[in-house]
Amino acid sequence: MLSFILRRIGLLVPSILGVTLLAFSLIRLVPGDPVEVMVGERALDPVMHAEALHRLGLDRAFYVQYADYLGQLAHGDLGQSLVTHDSIRDEFTTLFPATLELALAAMLFAMCFGLLAGVIAAVRRGSWLDQSLMGLSLTGFSMPAFWLGLLLIMLFSVRLGWTPVSGRIDLMFDIPPRTGFMLIDSWMAEQADPANNAGAFRDAALHLVLPAVTLGTIPMAVIARMTRSSMLEVLQEDYVLCARARGFSPARVIWVHALRNALIPVLTVIGLQVGTLMGGAVLTETIFSWPGIGKWLIDAILRRDYPVVQSGILMIALIVILVNFMVDVLYGIVNPRIRHVR
Amino acid sequence: MTLRTVRSCTDTTIIEGVSPILSFWRDFRANKGAVTGLGFLLAMALAAIFAPWVAPYSPIDQFRDAMLTPPSWARGGSMRFVLGTDEIGRDLLSRLIHGGRLSLLIGLSAVLMSMIPGVALGLLAAFFPKGAGPVIMRVMDVMMALPALLLAIAIVAVLGPGLFNTIIAIAVVSIPGYVRLVRASAVSELSRDYVSAARMSGAGTLRLMFVTVLPNCLAPLIVHATLNFSTAILDAAALGFLGMGVQPPAAEWGSMLSSARDYIDRAWWVVTLPGVTILLSVLSINLIGDGVRDALDPKLKHTTS
Repeated sequence: MLSFILRRIGLLVPSILGVTLLAFSLIRLVPGDPVEVMVGERALDPVMHAEALHRLGLDRAFYVQYADYLGQLAHGDLGQSLVTHDSIRDEFTTLFPATLELALAAMLFAMCFGLLAGVIAAVRRGSWLDQSLMGLSLTGFSMPAFWLGLLLIMLFSVRLGWTPVSGRIDLMFDIPPRTGFMLIDSWMAEQADPANNAGAFRDAALHLVLPAVTLGTIPMAVIARMTRSSMLEVLQEDYVLCARARGFSPARVIWVHALRNALIPVLTVIGLQVGTLMGGAVLTETIFSWPGIGKWLIDAILRRDYPVVQSGILMIALIVILVNFMVDVLYGIVNPRIRHVR
Repeated sequence: MTLRTVRSCTDTTIIEGVSPILSFWRDFRANKGAVTGLGFLLAMALAAIFAPWVAPYSPIDQFRDAMLTPPSWARGGSMRFVLGTDEIGRDLLSRLIHGGRLSLLIGLSAVLMSMIPGVALGLLAAFFPKGAGPVIMRVMDVMMALPALLLAIAIVAVLGPGLFNTIIAIAVVSIPGYVRLVRASAVSELSRDYVSAARMSGAGTLRLMFVTVLPNCLAPLIVHATLNFSTAILDAAALGFLGMGVQPPAAEWGSMLSSARDYIDRAWWVVTLPGVTILLSVLSINLIGDGVRDALDPKLKHTTS
């Protein structure tokens, strides 16, 4: 087991280095040089131009700059935003919990309904229920997520007035940021100050529902399809027949005996969906004005705040790499056969 | 589904000698969803190709007297604008038809521009497992570490928005998929006897790559290309929606949705119709992809992408 984990860590190092190189090169690939781009249309004094290049360290050799950049990263220094002049690391750590909360809620939604739909479709294979569930999941898979978000807003916020349109919580609540997770923070605030913050938790939950559904739809469709095909395979195994023959109830055979083994490939797919979630978060956060790192990144791109773009992309890639690594290790634990395959 | 599998197996034994294209078509035709998808896609492609003649108006003509006219079947709508007009009085149907042009163009070019380098790199990686292979695969791992849409956004952020840069960005992010797929199937083909036989009879590496091995990797490649086509259309719409794709006033489905956001409380049609069009075209391509997969290789039936 240890050698398996070590081997995976060995594979991790070149990927991480590669991602830093990618994030680093990005800003250097901008046509013209970054100083000109930042200044924009205005003419720039050549002396000041050279000074600015020197100050940003852009006049040195590429590999020197890269080594420097790695050194900074090793100290946890992500640089400064050109617009707000705040530390990028601080901005990231403030905004990241919002994205994490949204992604977790979306994943929870996707897993509950995806697994349920997949298992039902597999058990009722070939029936109209199977066909309509799979038709629905193919539709979900083909859905432009940003449009789904707009539709949900149009229906639930504009027409029915059930849910708020944007943000994480109503402005009338005063929620001290303790964990960064609005659900927890609002609950704590409600407990601490019931007079002013009554209903804060409910409000935070209502804000979360539509974005989570929007973001979770594609992963849900993928999980449903994968669960169905994986269940179909497992249901034909001898041990399932054996469990049936021993007189276990059909529900127990399906949900305990079969699903447990069918989950192994589903787990990998769930791990792979983390990338999709991060990509989808950019769109979802833009639609719902959700103050997370996706919206932060898009705003930075539109404002040409290149250091933020660079670090944002780096951090998201690192998160995806780490999650996939953890899924790999988990997979090795669940399925011992994997450990010995090179 | 069991029935169909059995039937298609017997079919192939009976019709031995029939061209593979014909037997493929027989299997494909049996899949109702796939045929519906193909029909819709063909209709859309025809409308896109002949857009200037099919569309009732120019996509950028503004009818200032008829801003935000509802579709013909809704209250206040007229047959003058069948699907209604947008916020500056442009005919929605004409814009959707012309948008189909852009989407299909982006999809097709992105698929071609990622498939060709992807296949070449994948074959290289499979044929040189000691030299170029690991390097190529590590680079692909890095590209795959970033969510495709995010990498595309980053590329557009560097290159600037526009039609051509959208195509490039989507093509670049699609390359790793092809490389991995082609490498995996080429590696498994390389251990087959027919490859050794070709090698014994003196076939060069290039010939082995493209004439001996590649044709045997085509089935999964075609399926992947179909799915890639639909993802490309989705990603192009997402880029357009974020204001980083094809720029207005060009009629692009994603950017149409982005400007429709402001009218979400007044004009349901400008929000709904472009989205329905995107959904239907992506769905029809995915249906075709499923049908192609089932027809090409019954073994692949139980795998999902």
